[in-house]
Amino acid sequence: MKANAVNLTEKEYLLQGNRTCPGCALSLAYRHILKALEGQVIVTVPPSCLTVLHGMYPITSVTVPCVNTPFASAAASATGLLAGLKALGREGLTVVAVAGDGGTHDIGLQALSAAAERQTDFLYICYDNEGYMNTGNQRSGSTPLGAISGTTPILGKQQIPKDIAAIMEAHGIPYVATANASYPLDLYEKVKKAGAIRGTRFIHVFSPCPPGWSFPFNNTIIIGKLAVETGWVILYEVEDGVFRLTSASESIAKKGDLKPLREYLVEQGRFKSITEQQIEALQRWVNARWKRCLDRADKSPHSVH
Amino acid sequence: MAKRGGIRILDGNHAAAQGAKLSRVQVIAAYPITPQSPVTERLSEFVEKGELDAQYVAVESEHSALAVCTSASTVGARTFTATSSHGLAYMHEMLHWAAGARLPVVLACVNRAIGAPWNVLNDQQDSVSQRDTGWIQIYARNNQEILDSIIQAYKIAESVYVPVMVCYDGFVLSHTEMPVNVPSQEDVDRFLPPYTPHTILDPANPRNYNLVTFANPRVNAEGVLCHGYMELRYLLQEALQNSRETIIKVGQEFGEVFGRSYSNTLWTDRLDDADTIIVAMGSLVMEATVAADTLREAGHKVGVLGLRVFRPFPKADVVKALEKSRLIVVFDKNISYGLEGATCSEIKSALYGSSLRAAIRNFIVGLGGRDVKARELVDAVNRSLASVKEGDLTREYPEWICAI
Repeated sequence: MKANAVNLTEKEYLLQGNRTCPGCALSLAYRHILKALEGQVIVTVPPSCLTVLHGMYPITSVTVPCVNTPFASAAASATGLLAGLKALGREGLTVVAVAGDGGTHDIGLQALSAAAERQTDFLYICYDNEGYMNTGNQRSGSTPLGAISGTTPILGKQQIPKDIAAIMEAHGIPYVATANASYPLDLYEKVKKAGAIRGTRFIHVFSPCPPGWSFPFNNTIIIGKLAVETGWVILYEVEDGVFRLTSASESIAKKGDLKPLREYLVEQGRFKSITEQQIEALQRWVNARWKRCLDRADKSPHSVH
Repeated sequence: MAKRGGIRILDGNHAAAQGAKLSRVQVIAAYPITPQSPVTERLSEFVEKGELDAQYVAVESEHSALAVCTSASTVGARTFTATSSHGLAYMHEMLHWAAGARLPVVLACVNRAIGAPWNVLNDQQDSVSQRDTGWIQIYARNNQEILDSIIQAYKIAESVYVPVMVCYDGFVLSHTEMPVNVPSQEDVDRFLPPYTPHTILDPANPRNYNLVTFANPRVNAEGVLCHGYMELRYLLQEALQNSRETIIKVGQEFGEVFGRSYSNTLWTDRLDDADTIIVAMGSLVMEATVAADTLREAGHKVGVLGLRVFRPFPKADVVKALEKSRLIVVFDKNISYGLEGATCSEIKSALYGSSLRAAIRNFIVGLGGRDVKARELVDAVNRSLASVKEGDLTREYPEWICAI
């Protein structure tokens, strides 16, 4: 059954009121992630905005068991949780590592790659706000070309971000998906599906960050949607190697063209000093990736054309 | 009565692996490094052969090895890892985390020098450099003690909820075979009860472990005042301080079951009439005993004090053991750069406030696997004895037994 606003479980695992910034996409995404797994999880989290969301001892905003772990170790911690559960013969819980892009693309990549290579039976969710937002917005391996950050303060970042979902797909794991906090039902369905699959599952969740990206906090959903409409984010899943566009990306592929990337960039203060050449470079990057996805979708059994 | 254990010829790494196996470890995570690698190979073999019912996780780094252990321990599993040198240094962050989270992980540290430059041979710089991470540290003199200490380590760790590092000298012990009495599984089971975790990971009773914690105490949702970060750190220190009692008790119980008592934090040899005491740690204690024989033959009243437990540092035991000494010669296989050997500093610190006015000499020896010969220890003690006659109580910096 397709998820909709009516059939979504009513039970909340994220309590009302947490320490995230107004308009935080992570808050929205995390709420739906926990709903999709019906709270039957052990969450492990490295330092990140989720640590902030979880609150400060002795008060926490979540009603699921959680284990904090040092920055580089989210996937190793998940491995340990799983090994412990197996050793004790405990079944029925999904081990979920939830980390930001710093904890995934950068410092945590080694542990994540190794856990995937070991075919560890867990779900890894990277919520990507394209920078070290918890420490005040420094550039990460996921920060876009041209974006101003705390450590690219004048010129903006000079490199394109790494494609973490593609990196994870290259591990040959059974499920890789991209999602976006602005499309919570698509996210919900993907997490639900991933929850039922055995082996390493990876979901990349695009999470707009109002203070880090400099846009009004009531525009989070708009920014997230613009990201998909312009092709900056492509919503898809790869299940056992079979690629499929989903949700708005699937519709765009069917109906028409992407909006110019410029429309997405101009809404955010972080791109205030981006150059025309950088915009063109980013547009080329987006176009090439979109074409690759369309080609893959064409060849897949779920072909959209 | 103890079941007859079997005497087997084992190297130190095999003894460590046997200790972990007999302790019925449930999760093992390790990354290979010289000279530790045979420990992990042996354990993976036990698991693959079905001789040990455990999850063996072949991680990609030592950092991950200990992260696997801390999280598995939080679930409630008995966990084991082993490493050396750079591997232990790479674990540094997780060492703090394991102790801070009060998880009874047991780690075998096969002592090896740290680069640069590269060196795979023995000294104790690796584990000594981790003395402030909140772990109990036990040093073995021989392979029997490696096996016995690992079994005891679980009982200690799981009683006080502090992780334990069992340290033994690389190659000197790890790759040297000697007779080891391997206890029966039945006796070990009688000695070591299953682990009772203090952590709960259950959706029906959700807890969030090791959240950001304020420096000051803070009230929870029910209005109960809970510890701040500072109080949690105090409790870890208190646990270490009080763990001496547990270490002794566990060592005694071990003796009752297996006939080899460890009701001590120190090894003492001929201290009763000794006015000159050699202090060492690890396998060097055995070499010091040989040196003491030679010195006794020459008419000197020499004894040996071996540090078995380095953390908690057994201050009172050390003071008592040294109370009759006039000269203390401390040999360190480590150096706290800019000061002196770490065990020498600890001994001096322990003696402060006591009435003892012994001269103390510190020698740095055996770094990077430099062979330490008994006659070199004898020479060092003789030199020290000569210097005491000149009324020289201490030296600003240690002497080195090397070519410079």
